[in-house]
Amino acid sequence: MLRLENVTKRYGVGAFGGRTFTAVRDVSFEVAPGEVVSLIGESGSGKSTIGKMILRLTPISEGRITLDGADIRGFARGRRKEYYRRVQGVFQDPFSCYNPIFKADRVLWMIKEEYFPRVPRAEWDERVESALRAVRLDPGAVLGRYPHQLSGGQLQRLLVARALLLDIRYLVADEITSMLDASTRIDVLNLLADLKTRGLGVLFITHDLALGNYIAAKTVVLRRGEVVEMGDTEKVFADPRHPYARHLLASVPQLHARWDGEQEERYGGCPVHEDAAAPEADGRAGPGRLVEVEPGHLVACTGPEGGCRVALARGGPAAAAAGGR
Amino acid sequence: MTLRVTDLKVYYKTLRGEVKALDGVTFELGDAEILGLAGESGCGKSTLGKALIRMDGRMRLRGGGVELDGERLPIDDDAAMNRYRYHRISLIPQYSMSALNPTRRIGRMIRELVESRGVRYADVEEELLRRLKLVGLDPDVLSRYPIELSGGMKQRTVMVISTLLNPSLLIADEVTSALDVSTQKAVAKALAGFRDRGFVKSMIFVTHDISLTYQIADTIMVMYAGKLVEKASASAIVSKPRHPYTQALINSLPEVGVRYTDRRLSGIPGAPPSLLKPPAGCRFRDRCPKAFARCAAEEPPVTEVASGHFVACWKG
Ligand SMILES: Nc1ncnc2c1ncn2[C@@H]1O[C@H](COP(=O)(O)OP(=O)(O)OP(=O)(O)O)[C@@H](O)[C@H]1O
Ligand SMILES: Nc1ncnc2c1ncn2[C@@H]1O[C@H](COP(=O)(O)OP(=O)(O)O)[C@@H](O)[C@H]1O
Ligand code: SF4
Ligand SMILES: [Mg+2]
Ligand SMILES: [Mg+2]
Repeated sequence: MLRLENVTKRYGVGAFGGRTFTAVRDVSFEVAPGEVVSLIGESGSGKSTIGKMILRLTPISEGRITLDGADIRGFARGRRKEYYRRVQGVFQDPFSCYNPIFKADRVLWMIKEEYFPRVPRAEWDERVESALRAVRLDPGAVLGRYPHQLSGGQLQRLLVARALLLDIRYLVADEITSMLDASTRIDVLNLLADLKTRGLGVLFITHDLALGNYIAAKTVVLRRGEVVEMGDTEKVFADPRHPYARHLLASVPQLHARWDGEQEERYGGCPVHEDAAAPEADGRAGPGRLVEVEPGHLVACTGPEGGCRVALARGGPAAAAAGGR
Repeated sequence: MTLRVTDLKVYYKTLRGEVKALDGVTFELGDAEILGLAGESGCGKSTLGKALIRMDGRMRLRGGGVELDGERLPIDDDAAMNRYRYHRISLIPQYSMSALNPTRRIGRMIRELVESRGVRYADVEEELLRRLKLVGLDPDVLSRYPIELSGGMKQRTVMVISTLLNPSLLIADEVTSALDVSTQKAVAKALAGFRDRGFVKSMIFVTHDISLTYQIADTIMVMYAGKLVEKASASAIVSKPRHPYTQALINSLPEVGVRYTDRRLSGIPGAPPSLLKPPAGCRFRDRCPKAFARCAAEEPPVTEVASGHFVACWKG
């Protein structure tokens, strides 16, 4: 089990880190083996920061993350490899985590040298080949190339293959499908879903709700570093309660239906957003107050006192809509 | 007509031969038109974008040409293209968000950029502030470092910078793919707004996401393995696609509501052919459910099957 317990992350910003900025605030959820949890939220909401904390790429400011009960801070120095054999990440921007001077085969070979020094060459080549085929890459076409010679999608798939080579237990997949075309995207998703049946736990970070809905059993909706709604995917999607979750669902582009002009303009001051932000501003509602609106479905109270829209929403969607305005 | 691309061939030089990334593409882009460019990864979308503005060292022009506002562009002459870059054609490259120089404040970066293009910063500053505001950015972003901005903020900043000199053509390569749906929507709408306000005359909007393209594009062009396979109005592509590849692409889109456990969607089986030695005949034939003998022997020409609807398929 990979578990986040009241995790908070503050970054130092401004000259000499004088001010701090809270990128993630009091977040708790867990990913079980064989489970895909999707983490949804707008850009800047802290999704990647959560991914980076899980991958030990940035320190946790408060709270803790545990892997099968052990605080991941314990996997330092000599125990680093032990952790990374079990938990790996694939990122949004394939170019940033890729050394431009190594060809693809070298990148994969480095994994062997570091983690599987005893596997014979021939067997390793077979594993590489099957990992590449699993992500639908033609080994002959990619192995001899440098990253800049591959298209964004090819590179992204290569990174998934790289993570697959390590027989990991948890995968943090940060927007890995955003650069893939529709057809390849479905294949990569099906691939994750198949790995899940073999016991892999996946934190699927995405901005694409349709994809999250497609493979995840649980959904966590993040906004400005806080969880606003989470629970069983069907429940969250069938009946989103938080105004922000509703807003997200309404923004999903659909084939055959153009966004209608009447909808609120984000930059003109979206009433839903302003609304949801208000309680923070007046300080009456504390952050992270999640209310269980039905079994397996938690929603953050948007306050203020007496006017909590989530509480109103318990009356049903109609009441929520009325209360959300 | 803003842009006329005629039988354009751009290849990459590699040790194993030339990669025919763009292999004879012909299309036109009207004034005020937003053209959505879609297609599988590696089909040549970014190559097309780069060819129109800056060929990298390995790219070779192997045929055809490009006209912008009736003037032939010297796309294979890096120095001669300088006159057009940024002033007349602007490109927002794929991954540009992460390409912002992390050690420069945004404001300083913009100043350096416009000055390197022979424009005085003071002359554009007022317009810059006005446009930042228009896309919902506080002038304060100018004093921030890229790392301090969210993806959506960076993307909007890049959009404003790229269009500051009102280019005739803007190529936006996957500018929304890293963003969440609501930011995506805002960015896409802002782009359409740039066209409406005349900040750019016309635009090529590259994305994998056909449902998103459909929201703002007037026409959609679908490419496959370095070739144009279909081009038509956005609504025709979405509701009456004629090419088997376009049809398959549209069928592989998950819609909200479809779940893996209920219905497993499938991609298009197989993979695109190698562009080092593309096969003769139709390049999609290995994966095409409708392929027949002729498809292997002869390459299907691009044909106008209805007004403004172009298809390259023997059965289209
Ligand atoms: N510098 C290069 N040298 C050799 N081949 C290259 C180079 N850059 C791209 N290619 C090849 O050219 C083809 C087209 O690449 P391009 O980047 O245009 O694809 P794309 O359609 O933009 O894909 P994506 O959707 O993944 O961004 C691919 O087969 C790619 O591997
Ligand atoms: N190294 C950093 N220093 C300061 N602020 C940062 C840093 N990394 C991220 N941030 C800020 O933290 C917030 C969350 O970022 P991130 O986790 O990347 O969001 P997401 O992945 O959801 O788009 C953003 O406002 C971002 O600007
Ligand atoms: S030309 Fe033949 S192989 Fe190509 S798309 Fe049409 S039917 Fe399929
Ligand atoms: Mg991110
Ligand atoms: Mg590209």
